[in-house]
Parts: sequence; structure tokens; C-alpha cells
Amino acid sequence: MYHRIIYFVALLAMTSITLNSAFAQVVEEEVDEVVRYDVAKTRSIAVPALVAPAPADTPAGNSTALGRQIAEVISSDLRASGVFETQGPNGLRAIALPEVTAPQFDYWKARPVEQLVQGFVRVGGDGNLTVGCYLYDVGFGNETTRLGFNVPPREWRRAAHKCADAIYAKLTGELPFFDSRIAYIAETGPKGKRVKRLAIMDSDGANHRFITNGQSTALTPRFSPNYKSILYLSYVDGNPRIYVYDIDAGRQRLITQSRNPTFAPRWSPDGQTILYSMAVSGNTDIYKIPASGNGTPVKLTSSPSIDVGGSFSPDGRQIVFESDRSGSQQIYVMNADGSNQRRISFGQGRYATPEWSPRADLIAYTRIAGDFRVGTMRPDGSGERLLTDSWQDEAPTWAPNGRVIQFFRTAKASGKTSIWQVDLTGSNERKLPTPVDGSDPAWGPVLP
Amino acid sequence: MKSNSIKGLAFLLASASLVAGCGKKDVEVLPPVAENTNYGQPPAQTSPVTNTIQPGSQEDFLQTVGQFGDRILFDTDRFNVDTDDQGTLQVQAQWLARYPNTRITVEGHADERGTRDYNLALGERRANSAKNYLISVGVDASRIQTVSYGKERPQALGSDEQSWAQNRRAVTVTVQ
Repeated sequence: MYHRIIYFVALLAMTSITLNSAFAQVVEEEVDEVVRYDVAKTRSIAVPALVAPAPADTPAGNSTALGRQIAEVISSDLRASGVFETQGPNGLRAIALPEVTAPQFDYWKARPVEQLVQGFVRVGGDGNLTVGCYLYDVGFGNETTRLGFNVPPREWRRAAHKCADAIYAKLTGELPFFDSRIAYIAETGPKGKRVKRLAIMDSDGANHRFITNGQSTALTPRFSPNYKSILYLSYVDGNPRIYVYDIDAGRQRLITQSRNPTFAPRWSPDGQTILYSMAVSGNTDIYKIPASGNGTPVKLTSSPSIDVGGSFSPDGRQIVFESDRSGSQQIYVMNADGSNQRRISFGQGRYATPEWSPRADLIAYTRIAGDFRVGTMRPDGSGERLLTDSWQDEAPTWAPNGRVIQFFRTAKASGKTSIWQVDLTGSNERKLPTPVDGSDPAWGPVLP
Repeated sequence: MKSNSIKGLAFLLASASLVAGCGKKDVEVLPPVAENTNYGQPPAQTSPVTNTIQPGSQEDFLQTVGQFGDRILFDTDRFNVDTDDQGTLQVQAQWLARYPNTRITVEGHADERGTRDYNLALGERRANSAKNYLISVGVDASRIQTVSYGKERPQALGSDEQSWAQNRRAVTVTVQ
């Protein structure tokens, strides 16, 4: 379904990265501080509309309009990251084609602006778009990087996200994350009769699509790492069951034929294994099973307590999960074969919904102490930090670059839910726009 | 038997004499016309308005166990059946003994002050606690299904202790 975006130009001359190093160093220090840190918007970037040198119509609109829309998405992505102050495309003058590779630096320096993104959109004979984007350092007056993409017109947003990802990665030293998708549960209806539908969207909320019709409750979805399918829980046959939904085929299958209730499904990072929780005679334990559907389940926990959830470390060797074997919900780590189970959470309160960062350095969780707050800790349980402070923030999952955490917030009394993101430093907390209420958000990896 | 035969015969003789004695007067008195003129149609279903609860039905169950008798409640994070709960479940078991062909589902629920997956597991614990007690007082295990709804189906909609207490429940529902 997703085409590998074709890069036709490799990275070019790299500008001085002294500014990048300083920024990266500041980020390292932040992580160890137990304070909220408002990232100063030190980077101003101008993103004028991309030029369409030979305007042509496409199924996604005229290429001139696309040039503006691509610039809008790049600008929005960079601004939403909380790291940049963006200008344009609105309010910026049109760029002539020769400027794309030879910017008028004096003009931009005078605005003032530190970084400049320029580019073009061409429609090829095959109907596909060729999008080129160039990043310039206005102060030094030279080009930082350039990239090109070949995409079908309907995937123009992906070209914009790829541009934004390259710019973000270059200027912050972080890994990209804009060109990715989110699976979540769309909610409507009154508190006593919620309708919950499986839905998917781009990381910025665009290209939204409902998958289920809401007749039966859907919960806790997870994209497979290759984006071909979605694991989720459905009550369609009256009981909680886990299905793998094949997105292209529009069909789903059970992951296990067991009649016992199953929930909390998770993928391994390589997509070969599925973790799930199953209750036998009232007792819930964690199991794993080959994702192919051929193979026997392996029981990983066997305490008489509730052992539930589970998230693989990025190298697939360990699993972090929650258990109430100590008397209250706490976080435990075990090897992927179930051995060496040990508790890592020892703070004030109960700890739930642990999720291992794709960077391996942190585990995100929900801490319950009256309110529900999202936090992070190191895999040994040290360095606890709380990132949010609301009545009920729950179920954090990670952006593919391990810098942004996404969770859902429930409002007291009304029970209305919404999806939020926050930087792992605790700054830039913002709501992700969805057509209706949303919960259980899960972020897929960066698309190839 | 002898006495019956004699009795029967006496009755026949008595009727015969009555008939013999009837004149034109009897023939003129016609039986009243039936209210229901749906000749050939199946009889109308008895509606609840006419006060007939089907024995062994969900309505019968609820009427028997009384208000809130179809459920037991739990403390936060707990799933034990206390003495009050035992009384409630015993009344359910008695009804189930009267209707040995009915099956039930025990639904387990949790309040909104827990995370989603854990609450699904907790609801399952609660449903099974109620089920196990019913089995211990004689209900056949094959008659009892369980299902957990976690925190997905609150009954009381407030965000306060009173509402949460009502939502931490295991509810018995007959399967019709």
C-alpha cells in the first residue's frame, strides 16, 4: 500500500554543524533534569510555497496549489515539533524558479529568518509528482541539504513529511518521525453508551479513515511494523477477542482460536511475534505467538496475579509489562522468553501501561496516584519523570524517533477523550486534532 | 368401578330428562357472540401489560432477585465475594435451581479509575469470583459464561466515589 519513496538526489554539501552540536548537547542535559524545560524557539524557518514551474493538473489538484499545500505541511510539521518558529507559506512572496537553487539570502536575512526551505513540484509524463526541497542556512548563505521524491499525486503529503523529516533531523540531530501513521479509537456518544471505532490517520491527523463501523466496541489498536495490518481487540462476537486486520484486503483473522478472553495485543519490533494477555479461569497472564498464525502460544508469566500488557525492547530481547503480584499494579521487565522477571517501579503510586521507547533509553508509563499522569523512567527504573499533570492522562506510546510521546486524556465527569502529544522533556504539550473524540493512540514507524 | 358406572348412568338419565323437558325457550337463548372476530388467525401474544411474566425469563429473574439482586459490588482493585455478596448470589442460585435449563452470563466491570487493559483483567477476575461462588452453591459450571467489559460500560456516569462504587460490579444476566 505504501510505496517506498524514491530519493533521486543524495545529501549534498553539509554546512557547518556547530549550531547542531550545541543544540544536541542542550537536549542531552535536559533529559537528566527533573524539571519542565521550555525549549526556546531558537530556529526560525521560512517556508515559501514550492514553485510549480510548469503548472499541470493532477488527481490531487493543480501542481501550483500542491506547491503551496506541501509548504503548508512542512511548515506545520516543523512548528508542531515545538523546536521551530515557522513563517509561511502564507504571507511570504512567491519564489521564482531560479531562486530555488540560488536564494536571495539578503532578502531573507533582513526578514529576519535563520533557515530557508525552497523547492519545486513537477508533474512527470507518468503522472507522478517530482518534489525537490532545499534547506538553506541564511546566516552562512549556503545550502544545508537537498532531497527529491517521486510520489503518486495522492501521496503528496508524504513528500512534504519526508522534507520536514529531513530538515528536522538535520537541524536537531534527532531521528525523523513526521512520515508515519497513527492507529487509534474514535469515540462518539454519551458516557454510558460510547461508540468506539477503529481508525487510522497520518501523524498530523490528515488522511483519516474509519476502519470499523462501531456496531461492536473496538479497543487498543497497534499498526504492524510494516503497516500492512492492525492488531486490535474487538467485541464483535460478544467477547473480547484479538484480530489481525489486513488493511489492503479489508479482512481480519483471530490471532488465537482460544475461547478465553484475550486483550492487550502488541507487536514485536520485527513484526514476527504477537504478545497478548489471556485470562484463564479469571487469571490473566501474558503469552506470545507467531504473528503468522502458525505456531503454538508460549506462556510467559504464570503468577496468580494479573500480568498484562507488555512492550518489547527495540532489540526484541526483553519485555516490559505490568503486574499486580506485589499487591498493586507495578512495572516489571523480563527476558523475551519469560525468564528473569523483576520489578523496576518503586515510586509513590501504581504504575501501568509501560511502553519501551524505540530508542531503547526510556520506558513510558501511566502513574496512578489519585490522578493519572504520563511519565518516563530508564529501563532499570531510575530517573522517573512525570511529563503531564491532568486528571486522567493514560496509555503513552512513542513516536518512531523516541522523542515525542502520545497519550489520551479523559475529562472528568463528561468522560470525553482526546489525543495529546508531549515532548519527552515535558514541553510542547499539544492536542492532536481528530474528527471526533479519540483514545488508545498508537504510533507506527517511519514509512520507508 | 362399580360405583362410578352407576353414577355415570344416573347423570345420563338426569340430563336426558332435562333435555326432554326443554322447550322452545332454551333454543332462543343464543350463546354470547365472541369478542375476538379474528377467526382463523393465531391468538394474539400475551403482552406484559396483561401482567404475565414468562417463568424462567430475564424479567422473572429480575423480579425474583429484586432490585440490585442481579449484581454484587467490589471495593477498589478487589474481587472477593463478601458475606453480603454471598446472600445475593444465593438468591440467584435458588432461582437458577428452579429453572435448570436457563443459562447465565456473569459480566465483570471496573470503574473508570483504572487503566484500560488492567481493568479488562480485573473485570474478568470479578466475573469469575461470582461464577465460582455460584458453582460452590450448586449451580452447574456449564450453565455459566463470563465476560469482562473492563471500564467500557459504566452504569453510574459520575466521576465520584458513589458512581465508581456502583460500577465495580459483577452482573448476572440470563441468556435467552
